[in-house]
Amino acid sequence: MIPIAFDYEVAESVDHAIELLKENGDEAKLLAGGHSLLPIMKLRLATPTVLIDLGRIDDLNYVRDEGDHLAIGAMTRHCDMERDATLQEQCGLISYTASLVGDPQVRHRGTIGGSVSHGDAASDLPSALLALEANFVIKGSGGERTVAAGDFFEDYLQTTLAPDEVLTEIQVPKLNGAGWSYKKFNRRAQDWAVVGVAAVVERSNGSIGSARIGLTNMGSTPLRATAAESALSGADPSSVAEATSSADEGTSPSSDIAASSEYRRHLARVLSRRAVEEALSR
Amino acid sequence: MTQAPERYIGGGVPRKEDPALVTGRANWTDNIKLPGMLHVSLLRSPYAHAKITSIDVSAAREQPGVVAAFTGDDLAEDWDKNPQANPAAVTGYGMSLDQRVRQAQEGGESSVTDTPETTGEQPVDEKTRTFVSWIPTDDTKIPNHWPVARDEVNYAGDIVAVVVATDRYKAQDALEFIEVDYEPMEPVVDVEAAVADGAPLVHEDIGTNESFTWTLATGDIDDAFNRADVTIKERYLQQRLIPNAIETRGVVANPDAITGGYTVYSSTQIPHILKYVLAVYCDVPEQQLRVVAPDVGGGFGSKLNVYAEEVIALVLARKLGVPIKWIEDRSENYLATIHGRGQVQDIELAATSEGKILGMRVNLLADMGAYLMLDGPGIPILGAFVYPGVYTFDAYDFSVTGVFTNMTPTDAYRGAGRPEACFAIERIIEALAREVGLDPVEVRRRNFYEPFDEPTDTPAGIQYDSMNMPMVLDRVLELADYEGLLEEQRRRRESGDPVQLGIGFSTYTEICGLAPSQVLAGLRTGGSGWETAKVQMLASGKVEVITGTSPHGQGHVTSWSQIAADALGVDVNDVEILHGDTALSPYGRDTYGSRSLPVGGVSVHLAAQQVVDKARKISAHMLEAAEGDMEFEGGRFSVAGSPDQNVTIQDVAAAAYMNYDLPEGMEPVLSEEVFWDPPNFTFPFGAHICVTEVDTETGFVKIRDYFGVDDCGPVINPIIVDGQLHGGIAQGVAQALYEEAIYDEEGNLTTGSMVDYLIPGAPELPKYTLERTVTPSPTNVMGVKGVGEAGTIGAPPAVINSVVDALSPYGITHIDMPASPWKVWQAIQDAQGQEAGTRDADLSGRPSQAADSTDTEGGTDS
Ligand SMILES: Cc1cc2nc3c(=O)[nH]c(=O)nc-3n(C[C@H](O)[C@H](O)[C@H](O)COP(=O)(O)OP(=O)(O)OC[C@H]3O[C@@H](n4cnc5c(N)ncnc54)[C@H](O)[C@@H]3O)c2cc1C
Repeated sequence: MIPIAFDYEVAESVDHAIELLKENGDEAKLLAGGHSLLPIMKLRLATPTVLIDLGRIDDLNYVRDEGDHLAIGAMTRHCDMERDATLQEQCGLISYTASLVGDPQVRHRGTIGGSVSHGDAASDLPSALLALEANFVIKGSGGERTVAAGDFFEDYLQTTLAPDEVLTEIQVPKLNGAGWSYKKFNRRAQDWAVVGVAAVVERSNGSIGSARIGLTNMGSTPLRATAAESALSGADPSSVAEATSSADEGTSPSSDIAASSEYRRHLARVLSRRAVEEALSR
Repeated sequence: MTQAPERYIGGGVPRKEDPALVTGRANWTDNIKLPGMLHVSLLRSPYAHAKITSIDVSAAREQPGVVAAFTGDDLAEDWDKNPQANPAAVTGYGMSLDQRVRQAQEGGESSVTDTPETTGEQPVDEKTRTFVSWIPTDDTKIPNHWPVARDEVNYAGDIVAVVVATDRYKAQDALEFIEVDYEPMEPVVDVEAAVADGAPLVHEDIGTNESFTWTLATGDIDDAFNRADVTIKERYLQQRLIPNAIETRGVVANPDAITGGYTVYSSTQIPHILKYVLAVYCDVPEQQLRVVAPDVGGGFGSKLNVYAEEVIALVLARKLGVPIKWIEDRSENYLATIHGRGQVQDIELAATSEGKILGMRVNLLADMGAYLMLDGPGIPILGAFVYPGVYTFDAYDFSVTGVFTNMTPTDAYRGAGRPEACFAIERIIEALAREVGLDPVEVRRRNFYEPFDEPTDTPAGIQYDSMNMPMVLDRVLELADYEGLLEEQRRRRESGDPVQLGIGFSTYTEICGLAPSQVLAGLRTGGSGWETAKVQMLASGKVEVITGTSPHGQGHVTSWSQIAADALGVDVNDVEILHGDTALSPYGRDTYGSRSLPVGGVSVHLAAQQVVDKARKISAHMLEAAEGDMEFEGGRFSVAGSPDQNVTIQDVAAAAYMNYDLPEGMEPVLSEEVFWDPPNFTFPFGAHICVTEVDTETGFVKIRDYFGVDDCGPVINPIIVDGQLHGGIAQGVAQALYEEAIYDEEGNLTTGSMVDYLIPGAPELPKYTLERTVTPSPTNVMGVKGVGEAGTIGAPPAVINSVVDALSPYGITHIDMPASPWKVWQAIQDAQGQEAGTRDADLSGRPSQAADSTDTEGGTDS
């Protein structure tokens, strides 16, 4: 529980952070809320010798209404999203999902940028962002780029972020009346999800227009339940159970002490049904 | 002067110790910083079982800040080497004090004053080094337990090297420079596998994995089974649990140049016992050792031990001549502090077709882990006395075999043997109810004792002190609205609600008030069970109480103040409770086993009464009245019939202190010390109902309500008793639904952090509805019983009975603890003949059990 010695640098701005990343190469890690990074440093599973703190950069902590979408600064904490009125009204899925992350201490330190950049398939926000088809704004020495959530997560704890890049903003659509739900299955309120399911459902003349389903902890990255999504497209609300019975198709969840892969698949189906039903009722 | 209210006992005096605790101003061991102090980090084995083929600490010695680094061989001569050779404490190896006393009494060779010279002891390498005190049988196999392993490591976490540096960070960094070559050996990570033919041996030199077998039998058990209409056989698993005190362990050892002795500060429950064991193990003259338990942040039994790290700190302080500190980090706490439970229980019940129990057989395999710890072998034995529970019958047969495995050693964890016993009887009584077609409430009633308030014989050959089961059961049924719950359950069953309702009972008793010393001797615990208190009134009229108990969260400072204040008629804030320091008193039997109030608190009461007795004599002298005419009320002595003639107890204390004019021959000061050895244990009891909602689609269990009616005799402080019950039930719920130490096949602890080892928090726990009844114990003058473990003992079967009840329409009759959603789902899949896939047991290294544990013979064919 004692990390190796490291240096600590304060980034004054995003550009300064990028500069520091370049200077320090592989030895450096960005520090956001520290609630994913510090635990693995304490176990010496990560051994960066320089931490670059993004915490003093004021203009990364915001939720803004950008007309057609909402923009969330990478350093916005879970507790801020949980309470943000704009998010609650226009994209309730995010504020609600943020309210289920860990415990109050974790939500007061952890950030959406850290959650996304860490690339943990067991994190809650990434699958919600997949279901929302969010976009991520990334800045590096080569300039700025925008990556769709669907293209961002590559493998277990791996994303498209280059070592000298900083995630600066997360862009999510306004839900405009589309139904949403996040079903998190865990044994204790403070735990990571054994399985989580995010759903965004558009209604169209009494039937389901389209449904987008994001799966938490069902593989090495957050996933979309594409088979269930197509089965739901245009379907009658009474056929949700049948349509979501394919929610685990194409997934390869792990077996560990919390759940077998078979049980995870079962949970994904049950939770998808419940999520879509709840989304339809909202 | 503040006027004391009439009585504090029974009132909710806020805990005196809480302001400091909740504002972080307590004096934890890690807050102790001494000049020149060095810090220890320990290299621990990553293997559960391996030979150390080579080890090299020389590179670690070269690291910045490192003062010294040692292997087990380097320190082999140090454990018992005292430069000021002392004849008094040498021969304790592998022998408890108890054994030594017996040997001495029987004219044996060894006595407390023997020296190696006089006994011609074995050379250092051939002695058995051990921390065990409770040695159940003559032929108990005791493995050598080196503080720092030498040739072999026996569990993942065994210490293999020590680094001493100027700070903890440097010490920790240097560990990475120690080179160790291990030759892995096959580990034993399951008690059943450990006793199978051809199992790899944890300790090859011992030649078996069975440490001991201990039995107890009363009545004619074969006859009971022959006469039975119904016999039931069940197997239950008590998973390993990790105690998780909020403050991890820690120790500071400080050499004293003047005495040549040492002060050892340790986050321990047992400063007095630790002092003796350290003196013997390390060959330090006991009179030169002072042990202090500073503020201690919880123990739950895990600090009722003597650990290698305490020995290491003391021996390094001796070797290096400077203060040495070791503080356990949380990862180490998971690996290297004792675990609890870890039993396979085979239980058989013989009964009539009317549901009356005739006899019970209990066969246990108890997982000792890699070594025997202080009371490790005794834990299942403590349980042996309460398997019959609150039911009376004629024949009982108990046997336990202690088994070595390559896992963390086990010992006392809140309840210590008794939760296991209570679980077994409260689960199998449900099987009996099912078998004979009775409501679980009715079958219990048919087997209860008639209420009694004098000691009453039990099937386990002991005497319960007082009990009234129908009273607590009736009340809890009312509280819970049992009829209403049954109605709701029926509705949900009929409508096929995916969320089913479970109603689970537990009617329990347990053993508190450890313990009559003669009983402990009979059990070969190696310890005694008295307690001591000294109550002294100071010149200013204030009161100091020195107690031999060692609180680490229980609130003794408050409760003992209430007891002393009531007896002396003084203000509760005029009393200070001093504890946890052998310099205050070398005597004390410390805190564990719900003993503190019924033994230690009673001692405070008795000592305070003696102070009052002496003060009464002095007051009579002061008022020139006859002692027999003195009345004492509200801290004031007055002459019967003339209330104006009076003195306060404070006036008396001052007079006693000044010693100008005391009755002829009376010694000065008001200071009385009591040593009290209880004549019997105490037995709290109660009835609990747990109401669960089980989501049959996901397997998730939610505790909706929890009702309890508990009886721990008269209550000193209801706030503290509520707290003990809330926390106790939480720990019982934790075992039933959440916690389990899981090892993989290689013997790695896979639940080595708070992420994987699931301690429930407030969101997981229900709102408790608790009431109490008061049945005084005849064991002590206060009638008090103790309540520290009641919740943890009563709760697990209530929860599991509830889950099983919810699922009974599926034909499910048992689910192992912890009843995780995954396990519940597996049981439902099995019951429906559907594929459950990989099982949790496949990944946990423990026996798989689930569905078919009930093996019923006979049936209700009458
Ligand atoms: C006890 C506990 C329980 C938790 N429970 C949950 C849970 O239930 N659900 C859940 O989703 N999460 C949970 N978490 C994780 C929590 O949400 C973390 O806060 C979050 O995953 C990471 O955010 P952070 O701001 O703390 O990131 P950090 O730990 O500071 O950083 C994480 C990683 O991302 C990198 N990084 C951070 N910010 C950026 C950026 N702007 N650009 C590029 N790289 C960046 C860092 O270099 C690091 O590698 C839990 C954590 C703890 C300690």
